[in-house]
Amino acid sequence: MASPMRIRAAAKDGVTEVRVLMSHVMETGQRKDSAGAVIPAHFITELTAKHNDKLVLSAEFGPSVSTNPYLAFKFNGGAKGDKLVVSWVDNKGDTRTDEVQIA
Amino acid sequence: MNHQRRDTLKAGGGLGVLGLLAAAGMIKPEMANAAWNQTAFEAKNMDAAFAAFSAGKPAESADVVITAPDIAENGAVVPVGVVSKLPKTEQIVIMIEKNPNMVAATFNLPEGTVADVQTRVKMGQTSDVYAMVKADGKFYMAKKEVKVTLGGCGG
Amino acid sequence: MKKQLLLTALGAAIVLTAPLATAADDELNFDAYREMLADGNPAELFEMEGEELWRTARGPKNATLEQCDLGLGPGVVEGAAAQLPRYFADTDKVQDLESRLMHCMEAQQGIPSAEIINGSFGKGERGKLAALVAYVVTHSKGKPIAVDLSHPKVKEMYDMGERVFHYRTGAMDFACSSCHSQDDKRIRATQLPNITKPEGAAAGWGSWPAYRVSNSQFWTMQHRLWDCFRQQRTAEPVFASDVTIALSVFMAGKGNGAEAQWPGVKR
Repeated sequence: MASPMRIRAAAKDGVTEVRVLMSHVMETGQRKDSAGAVIPAHFITELTAKHNDKLVLSAEFGPSVSTNPYLAFKFNGGAKGDKLVVSWVDNKGDTRTDEVQIA
Repeated sequence: MNHQRRDTLKAGGGLGVLGLLAAAGMIKPEMANAAWNQTAFEAKNMDAAFAAFSAGKPAESADVVITAPDIAENGAVVPVGVVSKLPKTEQIVIMIEKNPNMVAATFNLPEGTVADVQTRVKMGQTSDVYAMVKADGKFYMAKKEVKVTLGGCGG
Repeated sequence: MKKQLLLTALGAAIVLTAPLATAADDELNFDAYREMLADGNPAELFEMEGEELWRTARGPKNATLEQCDLGLGPGVVEGAAAQLPRYFADTDKVQDLESRLMHCMEAQQGIPSAEIINGSFGKGERGKLAALVAYVVTHSKGKPIAVDLSHPKVKEMYDMGERVFHYRTGAMDFACSSCHSQDDKRIRATQLPNITKPEGAAAGWGSWPAYRVSNSQFWTMQHRLWDCFRQQRTAEPVFASDVTIALSVFMAGKGNGAEAQWPGVKR
């Protein structure tokens, strides 16, 4: 099972700033292990962020995004205590969803 | 035993990231997601990457600003931020010209989301980083060179 | 394997004979790069795991670590790492963060220390210990390094650490000081702190443990020291053994007063 994300969301002056760290290998499919076998590609392909139930960001990643991906973005609105939900899915179909309350 | 580190060393005195990205075109078509823009992520030159978004030849714009270091200590993790001051910015795409596959990430911004995103990308070598922005149906871009160096032992 | 050794050995030899001139400093300035990585350091993912582990009842005794005394009283994590290593009366030993956590895991949870000592970095209980380290050091971020050198056993460790630091050994006749006793030295692009000076010692001690972007791992100081020995081509130190703690006391003591940057982020 995928490990939890670290999500920080803080509202200030009418803007909510979101920072997300995801735990993921983001394997490119180019590298070989010590036995010389290709390590299969394994990376997050899509991500969505919802404020309460409204979509505030959708993103697509390729394998060039770094291991343990970081993402920061801002949206207008959002208040302390509101729910922010981030979900990702990877090329093997693994998914992870975490939520935080906006601080 | 730390195989990953050893492999990195073996790849010619620390050019590990190059090996890591040597042929990012080998993404297997086992994608679980129909929405994922495979054409864009498998593009192998800038023209093909722009074409995958039907972007034609985007105009360079001073209203698109890339934040990235001039020089990165390791290409495995290079911070890149993009801000667009163009009204009605709906999409931001980060591309690395010298990577085997240019497109690193795309961000779709619904109304109300600020055109200001940051992420981190792998870079196989020193390269121009492109930010392509779609605003009010039109495409714009900016670029910035990021140098990639190699570290020593512990750092 | 041989080729790798040769390559790295050559690299090391070149550094010894012809360190990069300081003229390279302007060109090879990674301050902006590091600053951009400091916010959202992926070490936070390990810190999260460590916090969970601290509060989770585990081991044969099914206990949490919430009564673990890191020197400031049972369960006090805030600021604890900045004052380690220190002398602990209950064990009659000078312990660094890792050896103290290992002691707590054995005493309170019943997890045998041998499992960690004989384990591998990043795996099993040693991997869990690293996550706990990430959690604890994060709560000393920005605090001044404050190691009490007054206890005779700590002083003894400091002196031993200083001797070990300068002790040449192994196939290459290397000491820690071969790489870490001059200003403005680099291996390839990486700056090597001069640990014989307080600012260099603080730069080294105060920036590890760290997340390494080159391999996406979180490295504790025990891990980092092990790697120094490996690169000296000498015997690998036993995990949490006296030699590693002596070197830690030497570095931390010399760096006293400087702000800890934990957890660091490294190339």
